Amino acid sequence: MTDETMTVFSQQLAARLDALTAKYPVRRSALVPMLLYAQDEVGYLSDAVIAEVALRIGITELDVRNVATYYSMLRFKPAGRYNVQVCTNISCMLRGGFEVFERFQQELGIGHKGVTADGVFSLEEVECIGACCWAPAIQVNYDFHDELSPAHVPGILAGYRGRAQAEGKGTNA
Amino acid sequence: MPRLVSHPDEVKIVSKRFGQGAAKIDRYLELGGYASARKCLAEGPDWIINEMKASGLRGRGGAGFPTGMKWSFVPKQSAKPKYVLVNGDESEPGTCKDHLIFLHDPHSVIEGTIIAGLAIGAKTGFIYLRGEYRYLLEIMERAVADAYAKGFLGKNIFGSETEFQIITQSGAGAYEVGEESALMESLEGKRGVPRIKPPFPAVVGLYGGPTVINNAETIATVPHVIEMGGAAFSEVGSPRNGGTRLFGISGHVERPGVYELPMGYNLKRMIYEVAGGVRGGRGLKAVVPGGSSTPVLLPEEIDIGMDFDQVGKAGSMLGSGGVVVIDDQTCIVEFALRTISFYQHESCGWCIPCREGTDWLKKSLTRFHAGFGERKDIDNIQYLAENMMGRTFCPLGDAAAMPILGFVKKFRKEFEEHLGGKACPFAKHVELAVI
Repeated sequence: MTDETMTVFSQQLAARLDALTAKYPVRRSALVPMLLYAQDEVGYLSDAVIAEVALRIGITELDVRNVATYYSMLRFKPAGRYNVQVCTNISCMLRGGFEVFERFQQELGIGHKGVTADGVFSLEEVECIGACCWAPAIQVNYDFHDELSPAHVPGILAGYRGRAQAEGKGTNA
Repeated sequence: MPRLVSHPDEVKIVSKRFGQGAAKIDRYLELGGYASARKCLAEGPDWIINEMKASGLRGRGGAGFPTGMKWSFVPKQSAKPKYVLVNGDESEPGTCKDHLIFLHDPHSVIEGTIIAGLAIGAKTGFIYLRGEYRYLLEIMERAVADAYAKGFLGKNIFGSETEFQIITQSGAGAYEVGEESALMESLEGKRGVPRIKPPFPAVVGLYGGPTVINNAETIATVPHVIEMGGAAFSEVGSPRNGGTRLFGISGHVERPGVYELPMGYNLKRMIYEVAGGVRGGRGLKAVVPGGSSTPVLLPEEIDIGMDFDQVGKAGSMLGSGGVVVIDDQTCIVEFALRTISFYQHESCGWCIPCREGTDWLKKSLTRFHAGFGERKDIDNIQYLAENMMGRTFCPLGDAAAMPILGFVKKFRKEFEEHLGGKACPFAKHVELAVI
């Protein structure tokens, strides 16, 4: 592994990924979580991320891409700093999931897979997130918000907008 | 934070530590935790498997295979290492029970994994959680670290000569990975495409070694089976359906939630008494009894016991225990469309009947719901679904086709009401309902 490739990740993430590859009987088992953890930091799976993951696992970049394209949480373009994922699957749909999704579209002015101009938010309509009994539910990055109605939407967005301002706005990338 | 619910009819076995702070290891120990694992360590594999067989515990993932029997299929001698794999890729729409187990009682999953390992002679267990459950994975990882620190995991568990390690794993978004062979592929760092069976995982599984794969709820139930004794556990449920089940009731009910009820509990009572009936006093139109892949039941079909055999006899499946209640203001065509949109999105594309079938069903239902359907489409939808059944390597094809067949057969009239250029009579989400 060259110094050049090691610049993609922070030292903290690099250490976490070193520990990850060490924990399995077979190194390649680290691939799927490694891609997700890398994406959490970098914002998406850039060419540089793919290249470093390939080196770390010891497989080709093509192999990494072949696996990465299978998983719906992995993406190849930047999302917003806060990725809003609205479930509209059956249990959420029955309790107003589409209405919640519609309200997010109106408030953010973007549609499915859109990113706001300031890079703070992106929006996705997603499949079941395992919160069916507390529907309708959404995830913002990994945080769950449940038992929602469209009226909750502006407050949720204001909360994350405030956090983005405090942290310095912009995309994860 | 997911709300916990309660009802006097509940028999709390698996959920007895929910809301008690048992994610902390000292609290779990105070509440009697890890006593079952210690007992199993002393008693040995044959005793464990006999208790599990006597318990009548059947797989909580959906297939309902007897757990004790599954464990007994693993060869005693093996040149390759054996593994226990816990399936926490909870993704079946309508299902959120494992969510609560990981949140409130992660040590029960660890303890169950240790016991499964002792039963089959494995030294390593994997606990795989879906990628969306990051906060739950963090809870699980903290619990695993605490169990190592206490010496309950590691080279000499509970001070014995026996070794057992647990490795946690995150997915990254894929319903298909909930299928056992696809789960192993994903854990090996590959696309989650199913394997051809046989060989079955008990013989050739993870990394080619004999592997037991159990649903997270099944594994979390194991320590309770040991604590109560297999025979006592079996008496809680109905014949050949031991114990309780975490039923997730969602949709149009007054009090949705995860309720622990004995196997065989009456479905009608579950909806009207336990979950408070249909929301807003509306009429009941239909019930999906065990997650989105299980065929729909009509109101006149719900006076049945909720166990694998009785729901099967009623023409559906107990599945994951996710009961989705649908009121009379809901468009069944839209519900069918949302269901098939999910399976179309999640089909891995490996088997053509599933890849093409889900896509064409979605296209047909989209057009139909928008008011551009023709009478022959109704038969075509049924024909397409029938031709997917039993023609794929894994059950995803069946899981997509079965509910659609149910909707078309039981609600044909409602499909016909969409004919003749008429838009959906319920006039909701016509364009939106497409991912």
